Amino acid sequence: MLPSALEAARGLAPRLSDKFAERFLGVREDREEITYWVEHTAWHEAAEFLRRDSEFEILEDLTATDYLDRDPRFDLSIVLRSDTQSSWIRVKTMIPENPCLVQSLADIWPGACWYEREMFDLFGIKFEGNPDLRRLLLPADYHGHPLRKDYPVTGPATSVYR
Amino acid sequence: MSQTLVTGDIVSRFTQEQLDQQGYTVMNMGPQHPSTHGVLRLVLTLDGERVVDSVPDIGFLHTGIEKQAEVKTYYQALTLTDRMDYLSPLGNNLGYSLAVEKLLGIDIPERVSHIRVMLAELMRISSHMVWLGTSGLDAGAMSMFLYCFQDREKVLDLFEEVSGVRMMTSYICPGGLTADLTDGFLEKVKAFLDQFEPHVKMYHDLLTGNSIWLDRTRGVGVLSRQQALDYMCTGPVGRASNVAFDVRKDYPYAAYADYDFSVPVRTEGDSNARYMVRMAEVEQSVKIIRQALTKIEASTATHKLPFRSDDRKVVPPPKWEITCSMESLIHHFKLFTEGYAPRAGEVFQRVESPRGELAFHMVSDGSNKPYRMHVRTPSFPHVQALPTLIQGHLLADVVVILASIDFVLGDVDR
Repeated sequence: MLPSALEAARGLAPRLSDKFAERFLGVREDREEITYWVEHTAWHEAAEFLRRDSEFEILEDLTATDYLDRDPRFDLSIVLRSDTQSSWIRVKTMIPENPCLVQSLADIWPGACWYEREMFDLFGIKFEGNPDLRRLLLPADYHGHPLRKDYPVTGPATSVYR
Repeated sequence: MSQTLVTGDIVSRFTQEQLDQQGYTVMNMGPQHPSTHGVLRLVLTLDGERVVDSVPDIGFLHTGIEKQAEVKTYYQALTLTDRMDYLSPLGNNLGYSLAVEKLLGIDIPERVSHIRVMLAELMRISSHMVWLGTSGLDAGAMSMFLYCFQDREKVLDLFEEVSGVRMMTSYICPGGLTADLTDGFLEKVKAFLDQFEPHVKMYHDLLTGNSIWLDRTRGVGVLSRQQALDYMCTGPVGRASNVAFDVRKDYPYAAYADYDFSVPVRTEGDSNARYMVRMAEVEQSVKIIRQALTKIEASTATHKLPFRSDDRKVVPPPKWEITCSMESLIHHFKLFTEGYAPRAGEVFQRVESPRGELAFHMVSDGSNKPYRMHVRTPSFPHVQALPTLIQGHLLADVVVILASIDFVLGDVDR
């Protein structure tokens, strides 16, 4: 990113900390990428705030990562880009394993719907408020969530040919 | 075609009672249907021939690439990326390699970047030729298919010459290229461009002013700018709807910052606009490749021929070095038994694939395998936007709209 774009991406920290106080967990910069961390209770609010009141209004990606031995277990991240300049940020939150639940962003960006369905399918994360929370890639009668780290790469031992 | 065709979990949004009352028909289109360009299943609710509602069903080509990457070393996982968007394997290789290089923090020789640009643009031409041929075929213009596949075949011949493989090349790899260009390759590319450029004009003559083509595409499948942004549409689909976003311009990678090209944008947002954007893109690709040829030739004249980084922790030493240097032998051994381990962290690397924004989200935990590889593929959100696009259109137009989106199911399902 250009220095000015990087500056724009860095500049959100005071506004987020004003707005969310202790629910804003901080900002991390690594390899020229800016990541903002928020509490999962502030997930929807933070997204809405960024869409309405910041220039980072376009959703590019939504994904999760499983950290099996950590509590809270899952990382959920979105990538937001600006429409006016070549600048982007990542916003992340941590979701506990039980209850594996977070508010859906599908009402802010309709395009988030399928990404959340994919995460529901492959990680078992539930998105409260998603209009169509069904499995997306795997069959409806599939058991388990393959992208979880405790799911074997070879598949479940019990699977048989149907 | 029966009214009770409600199978599995995918059903019409209407209840059986509503369907009977309105006289709607529920119909399966795909997964085995030639116009779905792969294995997309659409459950259409039809009022006569008009689409009232549609539910896309994907996952028939889901191969768990993201999971498989977690048990392969960074170098091995490269081969998986070829198999996602199988019409643009080099584009995927490039995205993956750039992501791994960003994780490692290594620099790539300038000549390699120019070769990568050239290959990526050749790939774009070949991919757009498949799109043009098949979408012409879908609309009834049979000859387009025959002409376009000839051109595509010539590009694949070029790839075969450098990598030995027509499609699953894995030619661009983290650290550079797997091998150097062959002798006379640049001349062959030049010869291809010289005979391809008149063909672009021929395609324009065949389709652009063709009144049947215009009737079939104009005003069909309109996507507004706001819808395109809401559904995360990028690439030609977004640009036909006035979203002037091109990764090559906005987040330049490889050597794109040094190139002079324009980004075609249109405002209509219909199937014809998507066609025009892609045709203009092909012309820009030719322009970029010509510049790349000049740059590669210039770099060849001034210094030796690096085709990969000389960082021995990432790329293997040349064979002659292994036979006379103990250190090189150790490097070689370590690379092929362990691979390399980037510092923990995560990166998000975009590239502009022929279909739109392709991004690799790689998470490293400091080991020699990716902890998580997520791929934001361009086709995935485009298929999500399908119901919006085909709502209210005739069934025959659905075929044209599917073709104008140009999705690849391997890219959607991964």
